[in-house]
Amino acid sequence: MSLVSSILLILGVFFFGIGTIGILRFPDFYSRLHAAGKCDVLATTLALVAVAFFNIHDFSWASLTSWDNVRVSLKILTIIAFVYVASPTATHAITKAAFIVGIEPWEKKKRDL
Amino acid sequence: MRTLQQDAHIRMPWQDIILQTSVRVLIPFIQLFGLYVIVHGHYSPGGGFQGGVILGSAIILMALVFGLRASMHYISENANKTLSILGPFVFCFIGALCIVFGGGFLDYGALNKIIPLGWNEWRSFGIFLVELGVGIGVMSIMLRIYRVLSSGGTMDRGL
Repeated sequence: MSLVSSILLILGVFFFGIGTIGILRFPDFYSRLHAAGKCDVLATTLALVAVAFFNIHDFSWASLTSWDNVRVSLKILTIIAFVYVASPTATHAITKAAFIVGIEPWEKKKRDL
Repeated sequence: MRTLQQDAHIRMPWQDIILQTSVRVLIPFIQLFGLYVIVHGHYSPGGGFQGGVILGSAIILMALVFGLRASMHYISENANKTLSILGPFVFCFIGALCIVFGGGFLDYGALNKIIPLGWNEWRSFGIFLVELGVGIGVMSIMLRIYRVLSSGGTMDRGL
């Protein structure tokens, strides 16, 4: 069980890293926000699933039926549901606000030397 | 693109179907979580202040998305004033009641003389009563601060 949660955590950190690289390297406000929103949702999901698995120590019958362990894991999974609803909504709100203010999207154009 | 932006200005920025739908789904859960933080405060991280801030932020979220008028319809300014007085009043009333029944200020064990639940049970239950007052006060003060700041000090007509 700790192997499963380790793999999930490493995957989550990997996607967090990709999101950070995207924020730093993308040319535009909108594409940076795109990187931040998507990678954060996926990485948060993976990390929280890892934590929820780690909380149930093994797949034995005793730990799967002890209500305390399962309850804490279900609370952690509830955070995932919240992030799934809240994070795209926040990204949408920021993007729409930027669009109304009038930030132009980036276009690939010839570099004038 | 220019016409779309002008159109968005006319339609008012907060009237957005995606935001309104997801916020309408989220607000009851945020309020439920705030109540959980208040009630569960003496076993886990949390308490009156944190739960009150979460309850206030749910209504601030409603005011952000649906406009200040809608939140006025939900909790009017007079109700908000009443709540912001009621919260500290509950706190001080419980504290003074403990003095009246022979303990120190906020010494909940003395309340055992009114309703005999047991000394230790009253010590646990009195914290809950006091934190309820703190939560109500913090919620209404948060909402009050947001309304005063966002309306530029003119609270007579909303935005």
